[in-house]
Amino acid sequence: MQAPSHAPHKVAWLFTYPDTYEIGLPNQGLQILYEIVNERDDAVAERSYAPWTDLEAELRQRDMPLFSVDTHRPARAFDILAFNLSAELTYTNLLNCIDLAGVPIRSAERRADDPIIAVGGHCTYNPEPIADFVDIVALGDGEELVGDITEVVRDWKASGRTDGSRENLLRELAQIPGVYCPSLYDVSYDGEFLAEVTPRYPDVPAVVEKRTVADLAEWPYPKNQLVPLTEVVHDRLNVEVFRGCTRGCRFCQAGMITRPVRERPADQVRTMIQNGLERTGYDEVSLTSLSTADYSDVQRVVEETIDDPANCGQVSVALPSLRVDAFTVNVAAKIKSARRTGLTFAPEAGTWRMRQVINKLIREEDLYGAVESAYSQGWRRMKLYFLTGLPTETDEDTAGIAELARNCVKIGKQYNKSASVTVSVGGYVPKPFTPFQWFGQNTVDELHRKIGLLRDETRRAKGVQMKWHDPKATLIEGIMSRGDRRLGPVIEEVWRKGGVFQEWSEHFAYDLWIDTMAKHGLSVDWYVHRHRTEPEVLPWDHLSAGLHKDFLWQDWRDALAEVGLPDCRWTPCYDCGACTGYGIEHIVASATPPAGGSQGTGQDLTGGASVPVTLSPRPSVGSLT
Amino acid sequence: MHLRFRFNKSGKVRFTSHRDVARIWERVLRRAGLPLAYSEGFSPRPRLSFGLALSTGYESDAEYLDARLREPIDFHDLPERLSALLPVGMDVTGVVEIPSSADSLQQAVTSCRWEVDVIGVDEQIAAEAVARALAATEIVVTRERKGKQVTDDLRPGVLALDVLEPTESGCRLAAELGTQPRALRPAELLNALEPRLEALVVRRTHQWITAGDERCEPLAIAPSPATSNIEVS
Ligand code: SF4
Repeated sequence: MQAPSHAPHKVAWLFTYPDTYEIGLPNQGLQILYEIVNERDDAVAERSYAPWTDLEAELRQRDMPLFSVDTHRPARAFDILAFNLSAELTYTNLLNCIDLAGVPIRSAERRADDPIIAVGGHCTYNPEPIADFVDIVALGDGEELVGDITEVVRDWKASGRTDGSRENLLRELAQIPGVYCPSLYDVSYDGEFLAEVTPRYPDVPAVVEKRTVADLAEWPYPKNQLVPLTEVVHDRLNVEVFRGCTRGCRFCQAGMITRPVRERPADQVRTMIQNGLERTGYDEVSLTSLSTADYSDVQRVVEETIDDPANCGQVSVALPSLRVDAFTVNVAAKIKSARRTGLTFAPEAGTWRMRQVINKLIREEDLYGAVESAYSQGWRRMKLYFLTGLPTETDEDTAGIAELARNCVKIGKQYNKSASVTVSVGGYVPKPFTPFQWFGQNTVDELHRKIGLLRDETRRAKGVQMKWHDPKATLIEGIMSRGDRRLGPVIEEVWRKGGVFQEWSEHFAYDLWIDTMAKHGLSVDWYVHRHRTEPEVLPWDHLSAGLHKDFLWQDWRDALAEVGLPDCRWTPCYDCGACTGYGIEHIVASATPPAGGSQGTGQDLTGGASVPVTLSPRPSVGSLT
Repeated sequence: MHLRFRFNKSGKVRFTSHRDVARIWERVLRRAGLPLAYSEGFSPRPRLSFGLALSTGYESDAEYLDARLREPIDFHDLPERLSALLPVGMDVTGVVEIPSSADSLQQAVTSCRWEVDVIGVDEQIAAEAVARALAATEIVVTRERKGKQVTDDLRPGVLALDVLEPTESGCRLAAELGTQPRALRPAELLNALEPRLEALVVRRTHQWITAGDERCEPLAIAPSPATSNIEVS
C-alpha cells in the first residue's frame, strides 16, 4: 500500500470507526470515502479505530494521543476527524476517541486550531443526542459530500484558520446540501416536549436534506479493498450490488433511509469482483446490499463468478441477506464450493398477521418452501432471525416464532436426522424515519417475558436452539435512537465514568446508564416506552431522509390496520418522497418484477394500480399494548 | 509438485499470529496465481503446511512452508515475485522442490536455534544463569495443562545455551532448543532460569533436522549479510 502523502495545502481526513479495528476495518463506507479522498490532489486520508481498553490505558499513561494506523500520525494533526456511526451504543466511544485525540469533547469549546469533528452513517439521521459533541453531520451517501466538504475546508485552511473563523466555516459548510451543523440551531422546549429547532442564521437551512448518489455506476468503490493482516469480521471481498431497498419493511431504518433502489450494472459488478479477487487474494466475495436476492442479475453474477476460468483456486460467493424463497436457495445452491454449514433467513415475525403489520410479506409456505429446498440440497442448519416487541404483538404472535421453528425442523428431519434450526431473537428498537418512529418500545420486563415464553415453547423441541439479544442493551439503544439534545450530558457522564465499548457485553454498563438518566432528571419511560402522537415535534424533524412525514404516518396507520404495502420498484409509487422529492428514480435492470413477485411470495402484482393502499384509521395509537 | 519455501519475519509484521501468517500466505499464493492443490470435502482448503508455530511477537530468519501444487511450474523467480506481494518484513529467501514422500516439517525438525535479546540484567547475571542451567541435571517446572498441574523437565530440551554479546540494554543469548516431543519455547526457559531475564526481541535463526551425526536445515540458504530490521513505512 502506498503511504498517504501529506502537504500543507491538502485537507487531511482521519476516518475513524469508534469500535475495534476488527469490527471497523471492513466498514465499506469508510473504505469508500478513504479511497475517494486519497484520489484527490487537495486531500489525503488515513484511518483510525477505537483503541481497546488495554491500549487506551497505555496511551493515557504515556500521554500519547489517538493516532492513525497508516502512518502513526497524531489525530490532532488532521483537519477533519470523521467518524462512522452505525450503532448508538458506540456514542461513548466517539467521545473517548475525541478526547484521546486531544480535542475538547464539546463543539463549543473548540478553537480554530482544533480539528473538525464530523460524523456520518445511519445513526446520524438522529444525531441530536450527540449534537453537543460534533461539528458537522453528513446525511446520506458520502461519495459526493466528502469532495464538497474538502473544498470548503481547503479554502478555510488557505485563509489561515484565523481565530474566531470556526463559526464562519461551519456556516459555510452548512450551505452544502446534506451537511448539518448542530451548533447553528437553537432548540426550545415546551415542558418536556420539544417545541422547535430553528437555525440561528438566515442562510442556514431550516431542514437539512440527505444526499443521494443518483447512479452507483459512477462510483465503483472501493477499487482497492484493504486487506488486513490480522483477522477481522467479514474478512472477504465485498462488492456492493445495489443501494436502497423498497420492500418497505416498516421496522427497517436502513431500507427507509437509503431509498431509492440504485443497482450497479452487472458488468461493473463482475469487473469489480475480478479485479478485487486478483488484488486481494481473497477466495470469497460477498455481494452486499440490503437484500441481494432482489438484485436483477444475481443469478448471472453468482454463476459467472464461480465459473470464471480466471479464478485462482475455488471462489465462493456469500449472499449476506437471503430472501425467504426457493429461488434464493437455488441461487445459494450454485455456490458449490459447499460452505454449506448453515443458511440464514429473516422472517422477522411469527405470524402472517404480525408480518403484515411490519410489512414483511412472507407467507408460511414461502418459508417452508425455502427451508425444504435448502435441506433437500444438503444444508443441515438454518438460522432464523426474528424481532420481538413489535407493534400490536400478542403472545400468539410471539409463540408463532416457536411454531415456525418447530415446523422447519420437522421438514429438515425428512432429509437429515441432524437437521437443526437456530432461532435468533432481538428486541425491537423503533428508529427515526420509519413508520414505527411513533411506537412505544417494549420494556425490559416485557421483552424478558416474551423471550421466556419462547424459551418455554422451544425447550422441549428437539433441534431448535434459541439465542437472544440482551433486552437491557435494547433499552439503552432505544434511549439514544429517538433521544434529543438533553441526552448529551448523560452520554458525557457515562463516558467519564468509564462506560466505553458499550456494544461489548463485558463492558456494557446498564446500571450506569439508568442511574445517570435519573440523576439528570430524565425519564426512561418518556424517551423509550411512550407512544408518540402525530403532532409531536420529533427531534429529527429538521432533518430529512427524503421521506414525507405524512407518508410515514399513513404507513403507521396501515401497519395498525394490518395492511401490507407491496414493493414500489415495480408497482405504482406511493410518493414517499425519496424519488419524487429529489427528481431521481429507481435504477433497476428489469422493468418487470422477478419470478415469484416482488416479495418473492408469488403475490399477484399484475393488478398494478389496484394495489390496496387505502387507510383504515384506528382510534388511538395510545391504546396500543 | 511439492514446493518448500523459506521465509523470514521481522519488524512490525512479527505481531501477526501463526494463523494470520497462514492466511496471509494463502492470499499471496492466490495473487501470484499458483496452481494450488485443494483438499477434498465440505470446505476445500489449499494444501499448505507450516512448520513449528512461531510465537506472536517473535522474529525469524527460518520459517518454512510446504505447498502442494496441481501441476509443475517454473519456480526460479518465485522468491522475488512472492516477496513483492508479502507484507513489509516478510521475504522469501529460498524455494526448492521436495519429494512428495518428504516428512512434514513438524515431524522432521528436531531443534531450533534462537537468539534472544534480554533486558534488565547485565552480562554477568545472564552468564551465571546460563552456567547454572548447563550445570543442572534437571530444570523442573510445573505448569497448568487442561486444568491439571503437570511437571516438566526442561533440561533435555536445552541442547546449547550461551551468552553471545552485550547489547545496549542488556545482552544477547543464543540457544538451541529441542522440538521433540514438545517444542521448548525460549520464554519458558528464561522464566525457569532467572525471572529477571526479560526478552525484548526473540529471533529464530535456524530450524535443524538432526539424524545421527548429520544435521541439516529443511532448506539451506547462503548466509546473507547481517539481516536488517529497517522498515519502510
Ligand atoms: S418515491 Fe415512490 S417509487 Fe420512490 S421510493 Fe418512494 S414510493 Fe417508491
